[in-house]
Amino acid sequence: MTSPVVEVSHLRKTYPGAGRGAAPKNAVADVSFQVARGEIFGILGPNGAGKTTTVECVAGLRVPDGGAVRVLGHDPQTDPALIREHVGVQLQEAALHDKITVGEALDVFGSFYSRRADPVELLDLLDLTAHRDQQFAKLSGGQKQRLSIALALVGRPQVAILDELTTGLDPAARRATWALVERVRDSGVTVLLVTHFMDEAERLCDRLVVIDGGRVVAGGTPSALIEGLEGGRGVRLRFADDGARARAVDVLTALAERDDDVTAAAPAGDEIEVTGTRKVLFAVVQALAAADVVPDDVRTVERTLEDVFVQVTGREYRAEENEEVAA
Amino acid sequence: MSAVERVVPAPAGRGRGRTRGFGKLLATELKVWLRDPTAVFFALVFPSMLLLGLGLAIPAFQEPMTDAPPPWNEAPGVTSYLPTIIALAVGTISLTTMPVQFATFREKGILKRLSTTPMPPQNLIGAHMVINVLALIVSAGAAVVGGMVVLGVPLAADPLVVLLVLVLSTTAMFSLGLLVAARADKGTTASGLGMLIYFPSLMFSGVWVPLSIMPDWMREIGLFLPLGAAAQGLTIGWFGTDGFPLAQVLVLVAWTLVLFPLGVRLFRWT
Repeated sequence: MTSPVVEVSHLRKTYPGAGRGAAPKNAVADVSFQVARGEIFGILGPNGAGKTTTVECVAGLRVPDGGAVRVLGHDPQTDPALIREHVGVQLQEAALHDKITVGEALDVFGSFYSRRADPVELLDLLDLTAHRDQQFAKLSGGQKQRLSIALALVGRPQVAILDELTTGLDPAARRATWALVERVRDSGVTVLLVTHFMDEAERLCDRLVVIDGGRVVAGGTPSALIEGLEGGRGVRLRFADDGARARAVDVLTALAERDDDVTAAAPAGDEIEVTGTRKVLFAVVQALAAADVVPDDVRTVERTLEDVFVQVTGREYRAEENEEVAA
Repeated sequence: MSAVERVVPAPAGRGRGRTRGFGKLLATELKVWLRDPTAVFFALVFPSMLLLGLGLAIPAFQEPMTDAPPPWNEAPGVTSYLPTIIALAVGTISLTTMPVQFATFREKGILKRLSTTPMPPQNLIGAHMVINVLALIVSAGAAVVGGMVVLGVPLAADPLVVLLVLVLSTTAMFSLGLLVAARADKGTTASGLGMLIYFPSLMFSGVWVPLSIMPDWMREIGLFLPLGAAAQGLTIGWFGTDGFPLAQVLVLVAWTLVLFPLGVRLFRWT
């Protein structure tokens, strides 16, 4: 049994309300989670959910109003020096001097730590070797993000906190960054990943918590969360002509009444959506085959973390629904 | 195996590694600072350029100050302008260069970024205080050497008094610069606020109306302003004919004692 690398229990953080007499805002109301060594742990939620405040408490940048934070067995508020030495942080909006080069930044940040990563290796890992002598202001968004990650890793941290690291990147750069985060984890660093992108969390995280309104609303592995969704699987069918489509509606409506594995069949746009248990696809295909109605296209409806969010919060997931609390 | 070995022990000598990397930080910051031509020009070159430009262009600056007490009656008129230029060098660095630097560090999140590393953000401010002092030595030194070599200004009568007033002017004005930068959330905000103080300060330190022909009421106000007291104290030390600039020294010490703690207390790190 190993102790968790990061342990947050019942964390609470309140900011004074904006404007005179405004009610204080609960940025984090009740957040608990544990991060095990060597995993990529996700903190997922819409902007303003309290993700950044949570990790800033973990990094020791903010003092919690309630609850407990333990990182590598220590309270960041009582042992700040230890946390700064062993936790690498990549902040959401942090930048460097415009005119500092990639190599200089790595060199100077490395000099702050007692154990420093080999800069040549780090530049190679982050695909920055060719940009070593380039000034910060002249880097692309993706290159800046990669440098920011490199600076978070230069002190050979045990834990790396990466906050919204693919925001503003193009799809190719995002995918490259995901691969990079996996390589970082594979090198033995525990990664605490903050993101408002559902697909990013689903693709990268070993485990995650979903935060909404300052509270944890769901937690677990992405696949377990999706497995745990109520309601069933869905199948969507497309037909070449209206005749076939009309016959299919009849066949499938009858199927839904007859077969316990099929809940409902209903037109969805120019398609037909059939929902039911895990066996719904078999049932649909058999029924259509028996009636000799041939669909043009059959696809299963993909279920994602977004559906998990909708289920636990009862509303649509909109990443930008709230402004992040400024303090 | 056990939970304990997974946990990192607290460092025994806490605070020992506090300044690790400070030399590297200072060297890198200096290197990066030198890449900004505008800042470098105003911090290093502007005062000597103004001195040499005016010294060579204005005829009265080249003629001897016949009504001054000896031995100054043989010195060129620009001699009385040199102490003002030294004060200008202090004022330019502390009110234009420094506040913009510090506010920009805050604006870009560099101070916050540093506070996640073992290097305290205070050390970045410290490194830039060192850089600004170095810049001031170069800037004031260039003005003095340029004035003496090119314009024939005689050496100060009381170099130690000049040095003392220069050091106190620097502490007072750097404290003012720190206060200007303390709350500004953007480089441009700090720049605007700095300029608002910079131009009146120049007026009372004799940049536009030389101290020698400044009306009494202006000189009296100037005595109580940090840069005005600096220019007056430097002038008294340079000529050595008016004794020790006690009032000016006390004013500079008082400003430092008020402004520095205020600047430190109000300084925002995020």
